[in-house]
Amino acid sequence: MTQQSITLISFGYFGKHFLEKIAEAVQLEFKVPVNFRESRLDLSEFFDPGRRQYNGDKILHAVESSSTPDNLKTMGLFSVDLFIPILTYIFGQAFLNGKTGIASLYRLSNERYGIEADEKVLLERFTKEVIHELGHTFGLIHCMSPNCVMRSSTYVEDIDQKYRNFCHSCRKLIGPESMTPER
Amino acid sequence: MAKKISILVVDDEESVRDSLSNWFIEDGYDVDCAENAKKALQLIESSYYDIILADIKMPGMDGLEMLRRIKSLRNDAIVIVMTAFASVNTAVMALKDGAFDYVTKPFDPDDLSHLIRNASKQILLAQENETLKNKVVSLDNVEDLIGNSEAMKKVLKQVESVAQSNSSVIITGESGTGKELIARAIHANSPRKYYPLVSVHCGALTESLLESELFGHEKGAFTGAMYNRKGRFEMADSGTIFLDEIATISSKMQIELLRVLETKTFMRVGGNKETSSDFRVICATNRDLKSMVDQGTFREDLYYRLNVVNINVPPLRERVEDIPLLVDYFIKKYCITMNKPLIPIDEAAMQRLEQYPFPGNIRELENMIERAIVIGNGKKITLKDLPFGKEMIDNSIESLDDFEKTFILQILNKYSWNITRTAKALKVDRVTLYNKIKKYDLKPDE
Repeated sequence: MTQQSITLISFGYFGKHFLEKIAEAVQLEFKVPVNFRESRLDLSEFFDPGRRQYNGDKILHAVESSSTPDNLKTMGLFSVDLFIPILTYIFGQAFLNGKTGIASLYRLSNERYGIEADEKVLLERFTKEVIHELGHTFGLIHCMSPNCVMRSSTYVEDIDQKYRNFCHSCRKLIGPESMTPER
Repeated sequence: MAKKISILVVDDEESVRDSLSNWFIEDGYDVDCAENAKKALQLIESSYYDIILADIKMPGMDGLEMLRRIKSLRNDAIVIVMTAFASVNTAVMALKDGAFDYVTKPFDPDDLSHLIRNASKQILLAQENETLKNKVVSLDNVEDLIGNSEAMKKVLKQVESVAQSNSSVIITGESGTGKELIARAIHANSPRKYYPLVSVHCGALTESLLESELFGHEKGAFTGAMYNRKGRFEMADSGTIFLDEIATISSKMQIELLRVLETKTFMRVGGNKETSSDFRVICATNRDLKSMVDQGTFREDLYYRLNVVNINVPPLRERVEDIPLLVDYFIKKYCITMNKPLIPIDEAAMQRLEQYPFPGNIRELENMIERAIVIGNGKKITLKDLPFGKEMIDNSIESLDDFEKTFILQILNKYSWNITRTAKALKVDRVTLYNKIKKYDLKPDE
């Protein structure tokens, strides 16, 4: 259990401060060491010219194959528009009960919706998305509790509506090693 | 505990089966997949599926033929057909043959969630009805509503009786009395509690922003709107929408709101498709809406539509007996938040609190206790930790300049930034006042 940790890998440019804030929030929620690093991935092979988006399924597998075995969980952070074949877009996805997840901030920024940019809002949304996908890797499914971070969010407004924390039931399911105090 | 909904995905494309299967598993459904109609029919004969999601175009037997066979096997099966090519004829045929719905691939994540939720609703309706009938009506999740006074007991009684209904509620009361907490308590005790409570602070938004916030907008509705945006009414589907400071909305928004409340349908800004949403509305205001109706500044029809039930939250000065309970509650709350040991409050301080009229109500009391815990000695809250008398001088003032700045701003605000009147009150000339405003960079919104 001593080797357990979460690694956030940024593919593309993310400010150091931005990543630090996310790592801090993730550590607070999962109570395991969180580190972050940059990596390179040729995203052109995942680009679908017809949809002008990047295939999230293939990227998830690519991140999975690059993750090191001693890490508890690996989370790939992207800034491109992700899709899966059946859906027009996704904010992120993960292997349920697995060790890898991915999330993109592409559709999370206010500017995409014609609203004034807000770095704080973007950070908050991305943090929730990262914690949500990591929650799936810990075996959590979507939660009906309105404010739980594991509630399904298909629009950014849904993300704004929930907290960045797990509800009591989800927290219990994750297990004691990742217990976190009540918000 | 409700039975898990089971879904069968039938599609010849592996990536589609995998995507849908992962999506549904994350949503907590039991999922099986079949790559063709033959395999699907075998599975349906041997296992029970609540929902069957089937592609129309598949090699061998197509989706429509499979739909007919499924219906002959199990007439109550909910079948949703999907296709990569939108065709009205196929859709009509599928629906005539008993399909529950029809979708075009690829679909928006939200459409997929809606589709499955609607189908699930139908399945769970009977079970839910039974559960609701047997549910013991009692108040939960009201731990933040503190009070033992008669006035507060009356409010809690009203919350209890109104929570189970679907009626619109107006919560009235002075600022800081906890109107939003009442709205939360109503929602948390209603059958809608598993769905969101969406709050909108109407007073904080301009008319156009409020319109976009409430109704959402379509991609391209205005410059920069690259994607669709969901409005608050849509987000509150199956839940509750809480419209705070309802008295501040413009007459145009009053008309729009009335229409939405009557039809429960609306269009996103820049859109042409009617969207429906099943929400309950709770409003709050610190103004007298009835007199606004009499003055013609608030629509009468909207007033009656909203004011089915009125809950008036009493000001703190009318429930002085609740002050000790509230003080205890806030001490616990802030000591825990600040990771400090719980501290008592001395009798003189409590007495002073009970005598104070609290124009800012509970919010003011809460701020006082938080401040006392921050600045106090950590052993006991005493009178000197409370901002009464001399202590009411703002702690942020540390120099004569700070004091002058704060004082001038206070007088400017008092005279609504009328320079002549402010200069006269301060007994200085207008040029001096302008120089001071420039020196301290004072602005009307400070």
